[in-house]
Amino acid sequence: MRYLPLTDKNRRAMLDKIGADSIEALFIDVPSAARLKGPIEGLPFHQSEFEVERALGALAAKNIPASACPSFLGAGAYRHHVPASVDHLLLRGEFLTSYTPYQPEVSQGTLQSLFEFQTQVAMLMAMEVANASMYDGPTAAAEAVMMANRVTRRGKAIVSGNLHPHYAETIETMAETTGFKALVEKPQPQKDEDLSALIDDQTSCVVVQNPDFFGRLHDFTALAAACQAKGALLIVAVTEIVSLGLLKPPGAMGADIAVAEGQGIGNALGFGGPYLGLFTCKEKYIRQMPGRVCGQTVDAEGKRGFVLTLSTREQHIRREKATSNICTNSGLCALAFTIHMALLGEAGLTKLAEFNHAKACDLAERIASIPGCRVLNESFFNEFTVELPKPAEPIVNQLAFRPLLAGVPVSRLHPGAKDVQNLLLVAVTELTTEADMDALVAALREVCK
Amino acid sequence: MKNENRALMIEEALIFEQGEEGRTGIDLPDPPEAAKKKQKLGGLRRTGKIGLPGLSEPQVVRHFTRLSQKNFGIDSVFYPLGSCTMKHNPRLNEKVARMPGFADLHPLQPASTIQGALELIDQLAHWLKTLTGMPAVTMVPGAGAHGEFCGMAVIKTALEARGEKRTKILVPESAHGTNPATAAALGFTVEAIPATEEGRVDLQHFREKLGPDVAAIMLTNPNTCGLFERDIRAIADAVHAAGAYFYCDGANFNAIVGRVRPADLGIDVMHINLHKTFSTPHGGGGPGAGPVVLAESLAPYAPLPWVVRDGQKFALLEQAEGNAAKSFGRMKGFHGQMGMFTRALAYILSHGADGLWQVSGDAVLNANYILAGLKDVMSAPFKGPCMHEALFDDRFLKDTGVTTADIAKALIDRGFHPMTMYFPLVVHGAFLIEPTETESKETLDEFIAAMRDLAAKAKQGDVEMFKQSPLYTPRRRLDETLAARQPVLKWSPPESGSPDKAAKVA
Amino acid sequence: MSQLRFTKEHEWVRIDGGEAVCGISQYAQKALGDIVYVELPAAGKKVKKGEEAAVVESAKAASEVYAPVDGEIVAVNNALSSEPGLVNSAPQAGGWFFKLKPANAAQADELMDEAAYEKYVQGLTG
Repeated sequence: MRYLPLTDKNRRAMLDKIGADSIEALFIDVPSAARLKGPIEGLPFHQSEFEVERALGALAAKNIPASACPSFLGAGAYRHHVPASVDHLLLRGEFLTSYTPYQPEVSQGTLQSLFEFQTQVAMLMAMEVANASMYDGPTAAAEAVMMANRVTRRGKAIVSGNLHPHYAETIETMAETTGFKALVEKPQPQKDEDLSALIDDQTSCVVVQNPDFFGRLHDFTALAAACQAKGALLIVAVTEIVSLGLLKPPGAMGADIAVAEGQGIGNALGFGGPYLGLFTCKEKYIRQMPGRVCGQTVDAEGKRGFVLTLSTREQHIRREKATSNICTNSGLCALAFTIHMALLGEAGLTKLAEFNHAKACDLAERIASIPGCRVLNESFFNEFTVELPKPAEPIVNQLAFRPLLAGVPVSRLHPGAKDVQNLLLVAVTELTTEADMDALVAALREVCK
Repeated sequence: MKNENRALMIEEALIFEQGEEGRTGIDLPDPPEAAKKKQKLGGLRRTGKIGLPGLSEPQVVRHFTRLSQKNFGIDSVFYPLGSCTMKHNPRLNEKVARMPGFADLHPLQPASTIQGALELIDQLAHWLKTLTGMPAVTMVPGAGAHGEFCGMAVIKTALEARGEKRTKILVPESAHGTNPATAAALGFTVEAIPATEEGRVDLQHFREKLGPDVAAIMLTNPNTCGLFERDIRAIADAVHAAGAYFYCDGANFNAIVGRVRPADLGIDVMHINLHKTFSTPHGGGGPGAGPVVLAESLAPYAPLPWVVRDGQKFALLEQAEGNAAKSFGRMKGFHGQMGMFTRALAYILSHGADGLWQVSGDAVLNANYILAGLKDVMSAPFKGPCMHEALFDDRFLKDTGVTTADIAKALIDRGFHPMTMYFPLVVHGAFLIEPTETESKETLDEFIAAMRDLAAKAKQGDVEMFKQSPLYTPRRRLDETLAARQPVLKWSPPESGSPDKAAKVA
Repeated sequence: MSQLRFTKEHEWVRIDGGEAVCGISQYAQKALGDIVYVELPAAGKKVKKGEEAAVVESAKAASEVYAPVDGEIVAVNNALSSEPGLVNSAPQAGGWFFKLKPANAAQADELMDEAAYEKYVQGLTG
């Protein structure tokens, strides 16, 4: 078998040295009833590379990827162009096959790129510190709430109804299982929320999103002040990281903790994972921050170098008193982000964001002119909510056969909510072509007659 | 910064120190003029610079290529980190994960357009269930620790559904830190189970600690000392008799994959690290994937979403209704680490049942070969045979002035990544060595020779050599105290008045 | 200046004008290595002997510091936040952690005196 270097001759020589009769003899501690006599039955034997490629290729062929047809899907995952260099650098064995940098002398590649990642993330969010990443946006948001609970020593989180439902649900699950309260408001696609009225002296944090789930833009500066007045923390979530190339960032609004989904930069859609959780906060809270963090230092010769630091917050040292049980970060996805962001730079990211917004404005105007269709948003970045004259989910499913991926029906993520059946989330990126937009507009015109 | 390049080892500045305004490594078409006039930003346009540096593509490629050259990886060196299972990461995995039919799927596409993806998840789930002998599996958790949380949350939910309030979790002293951290996060109190002199759970003391207030035991098997828990069936029976659940930490599954089924050992729930046993790449720290196999009694509480099958059609259950009504809820975004599923399935199909049988056999053989080759010059706390990893402690270094860390740093200069150090905590100055099955006998012989030489040098009193190690790496030993006392977690522009703090300190 | 008394967990206490000054011993600071951070209790917190009162961290380890006697925290050593290294250089003097108003000053007499503690430490390392 191509991945197994030992030959039978090797095995015999090694068993001799060990003083055992057979490999089976080494499993002597396994209860005999549990020791299988040979390979598990009912499973196929080993296969060549091309057979495996063929089998998986057949499964891939049963899907219609978003790259193969017009696609307007967003709702927390965005199809952006990833430059060819990113993957080539990512696939270098020294990056791909290295481990967590616990031996810093032989991991300066990983550690320096993490330091650059943390700097980029802090800059984008306009926050003081960033960690070395978490699993994804929703888990980062849940960890942010738990951190706010620790910092304020309170146990009640107020969650905007316009937070992406996966974020809200993950927070609710953590509340249920770890023992705190999460009050999730109802979605408000057309009205403004007044969350500051809900803050009291039991509130640890208020969690909001910008752009919100419906694509609308908000300035949370006043809400930040309201939180501060009552000793609560403001947590802002960003689900489309490219938006920070153009929009006022969470730090500028006074956020205490800001989290984001970084997938849109450097990482493919990949059917939902692995993604990239970004986590930032004010410097005064760093000892309560979860996750790994990389710091600058010097070596024995006085040269600048980087190490994992503040490790006493983490599970491998604090065990049951750790700030989180998290061990793994999203290392390779973070590196992809760092490389892509390095290629973009200030000028590239700003232009990319402008381009996304301009296209979205164009499409929104065209859709708004379809009889029966209404664009709900007065403001948006690259995603907005369309109100169709009939339920969105059957339309989306029907158009998928063309194939055309028309957008995400709000009811898919808010199945219980009233008055959202006809709402469709439409997202646009730099990859959306004129022909794509023509196809969508024509299709909507047809089904909305 | 002084430029002291050494042939291929180039001193590489931060991207922020190399940028120029207006440079970019990306070209974009201009948006249509007309569109630029219609702005819908609601007055929320960003003011001021973000601060990102501008570099061209050649500069970015050179920068990260040079950084990569400062890393050890499995591709370049033997990486015997105990408990991490640093096996070869096949590039076939990377190729299939990047097929557009997987890589370009949006998670919220209509079901009719993603049947192949759901079928893949179902196939991998079938393999995991068959290899473990367990009837159910959740593919949701994003990493091992996430899987531990999932498994323990399922247990907590199941107990609540039974109307029982049990508050204690029993965890061996040798457990990985994520075990007590997970238990504590869920509101349990953690009680340690002592070990026998043979490094295994003390069955009698364990039985004494079992009672109606114990919710579960969290056990790693083989344990973190690399030993198989001989009494595991008795442990399982005792746990079940007490009405509690048996959580198995599957980090060490590589020792028994394909030849022992954890269900036959009596477990109720186990997480599997796809990035350990099933070769998905470690990537400098992640991402991972932690699917969790479940007993029948625990399956109803599995987190959302569920991948379900109705004849030849697959679907996602995303709400806690119908069969999933008792689910404890959603624990992350979307559906799971699909990119790791394609890679793991490619690995599994490549090996098949016979290959996996050989994987565990060779993994255990390699570890025992290392144990046999070193036990006369290093101190092994427990008698063999070991499973897939060999444990030593620092008794052989007594009175030499050389520590476990010193040995590890000297090993780097010999061209090996060090083994896991100072874990498990149950022995002093631990060395935990896990070679995995993808290492040749030649490599193991080289490693054994290097370790024998280092042990001899330590006993001969060559302390200075050890304290100066490593000598040949891009950086010498780094000051971790300084990093923790004066945390500098990002680059700041020099004009801002905060000079390079760390560089000031000698 | 009264004598130092020691606990088995390597804390010391010194009764000084009605207050109990507390810290960790020379042996403890050596075992921990370079101290990077100290988490001190809030003034007014009431602690019982043996309860966690503070946390002391090195780069690779964190240890609980237990209250050597029952009492109420009246002061903490703020110098430690900018100079945690004081715990290493002067563990039984300038590197003190917190001061308690003891519930019962005589409780300190139950602890080991310096000679007894030295013997105890020798027994650990020998």
